[in-house]
Amino acid sequence: MTQRQVYPQILVKAEGLAIGHGETVLARNLSLSVGGGSGLLLRGPNGAGKSTLLLTLAGLLPALAGRVALEGSDAEDGPALHHCGHKNAVRPRLSVIETLAFWAALNGTTGLVPQAALERVGLGRMARLDAGYLSAGQQRRLVLARLLVSRRPVWLLDEPSAALDAQGHALLAALVDEHLAAGGLAIIATHDQTGFENLSTLTLDRAA
Amino acid sequence: MNSDGINDAPKMSWWNRLAHPGQFLIWTRPLVWPLVALTAALFAIGLWFAFFNSPADYQMGDTVRIMYVHVPTAWLSQFVYGTMAVSALGTLVWRHPMADVSMKAAAPLGAVFTALALFTGSMWGRPTWGTFWEWDGRMTSTLILLFLYLGLVALWRAFDDQLRAARVIAIFTLVGAVNVPIIKFSVDWWSTLHQPASVFTAEGPKMPGSLLTPLFVMFFAFTFLFITLQLVSMHTEVRRRRVMTLERKLARGDAA
Amino acid sequence: MSGFLAVLRRDLRLALSGGGEMLTLVLFFIIVGAITPFAVGPDRALLARIAPGVIWIAAFLAMLLGLDRLLRPDRDDGTLALYRRADAPLAAVLFAKVIAHWLTSALPLILAAPFLALILGMDMEAFWRTLLSLLLGTPALAAFGTFGAAITVAVRRGGLLAPILIAPLCVPVLIFGVGAIAPLGGPDQASAALLLLAALSLMATALSPFAAALAIDWGEE
Repeated sequence: MTQRQVYPQILVKAEGLAIGHGETVLARNLSLSVGGGSGLLLRGPNGAGKSTLLLTLAGLLPALAGRVALEGSDAEDGPALHHCGHKNAVRPRLSVIETLAFWAALNGTTGLVPQAALERVGLGRMARLDAGYLSAGQQRRLVLARLLVSRRPVWLLDEPSAALDAQGHALLAALVDEHLAAGGLAIIATHDQTGFENLSTLTLDRAA
Repeated sequence: MNSDGINDAPKMSWWNRLAHPGQFLIWTRPLVWPLVALTAALFAIGLWFAFFNSPADYQMGDTVRIMYVHVPTAWLSQFVYGTMAVSALGTLVWRHPMADVSMKAAAPLGAVFTALALFTGSMWGRPTWGTFWEWDGRMTSTLILLFLYLGLVALWRAFDDQLRAARVIAIFTLVGAVNVPIIKFSVDWWSTLHQPASVFTAEGPKMPGSLLTPLFVMFFAFTFLFITLQLVSMHTEVRRRRVMTLERKLARGDAA
Repeated sequence: MSGFLAVLRRDLRLALSGGGEMLTLVLFFIIVGAITPFAVGPDRALLARIAPGVIWIAAFLAMLLGLDRLLRPDRDDGTLALYRRADAPLAAVLFAKVIAHWLTSALPLILAAPFLALILGMDMEAFWRTLLSLLLGTPALAAFGTFGAAITVAVRRGGLLAPILIAPLCVPVLIFGVGAIAPLGGPDQASAALLLLAALSLMATALSPFAAALAIDWGEE
């Protein structure tokens, strides 16, 4: 994973994008272009549409106008992006390692093996634990491990640092750095800039 | 399916989608009153024939007149589902907002016509078969159709976001349309199994012309009644949505 | 393919790892069957005659009962969003769901059916035919059920809605299911019903994952 330029050249582009739910428009005329190796921070007040923008970029919500394009990824290789929303997708009664192995099988076992990914995010000793017993911060770390078990060049992270402690913050920043160094790209919605000072920023205002 | 996860924007832009219903209102508003007049005239003629200018059946007596309501509503119970299925295609293939509205308007109308067909059927069944309800093929499959309609009405009411609702309900409507013939076939198979000698021989093909004229007129009267009601409830739905959009905008304006 | 197996394995693991939901379902199935004699009287001949219908209705109700647990927990915890961006197509994931639903809520009922057959006084031949018709017919119920769950998953209070929507679609399954057991029209009719039942199950299991995938993709947008 230390090798540079692991991913093909990739570019996420949006032009004249309008986002929202149904008839409710949250933001209009958004344009952005993020290339491999760079990251973008989404900032703005609550309700400005950061999560909605990430969902739209992930193709989980339709764009109300304009278009989103992911250039340079081969559609044959399956979805090229990870979207981590507010929900952790962690289900009680499955162990931590089972949960992670399930995600890996679902998204493609193209990255680290689950145990190694758990070590990386600091959950190595909890592999056998029921995932329902993890604290909120630990669940968030488990979600970060999901990014590592399947290699996908685009990371769309929605409040990834919520509930994380200081160490967790540092871990998140390091993971994002590594990912960018490898030629991936990350778009992160956050209120907490710590560790991401060198990323460019897009600020969403609440639509009038 | 776009597997790269980045979707193209819909062909029509969002304001186009909203502007369309307005055009629909402008185009179809002049049709409403003529349709009302035509429907009223057809009903006047049809009912006059039905009550005063047609003979009582030699077997069934005056109860035969129930037929003038029963047969048209039974026809509509299927025609309305057809309308919904075509609208569902419009929603899924062309993403046409008026198709959504048409689907939504038709569901309760279909339920009412189907219920009316069942009600008049059992009213007719009492003097003819000696029972209000007979588990005969036609009545049973009409009953199941009524359940489908009621399920659709319930589904419409359960969704908060009407745009989302339209597409999901369109899928269900089409799956239902595929299933209706299967249901019909299975119910026929089942009813012939249980009653080898069918009781349903009352209305044969040899119906005298004096009965056919009012039936024919009433058939058109009810069909135009449906078309009128459908149009009016589509207008109501368009206006209701406009009010909701305005209210939401107002709420957001206050909050900002 | 690995995604398909992963979903199947996870659902089975969740069903088997406690919570006792599978056992509850079997218990419900048996209680519905066992309560019938109280409603119609302990007349052995009558009970034996209606036993196939009772078993089918009990299975039908039990399978409808579990619909709300099929997709809603996945939606609530965010797993459904993962499915939509998985390597495997959503329809494959839902096909796994149909199979998992059948394995966890139909198979246990079929295994428990002998008990009902016994207390309702069915003879051996009718019992074997019931088992066969359940085996052939329940996949269609599982497929329709998954479709219904997909239609209502976007509705916040959709708990009772899916059974209501799906019940009319399941009428042919019941008709042919019971028709295959109680040959009112002779053995020819019974084997025709059995074939129709199998055709219905094949068609429903093959098509419902696609319809359900469309419903989820468009309903969740």
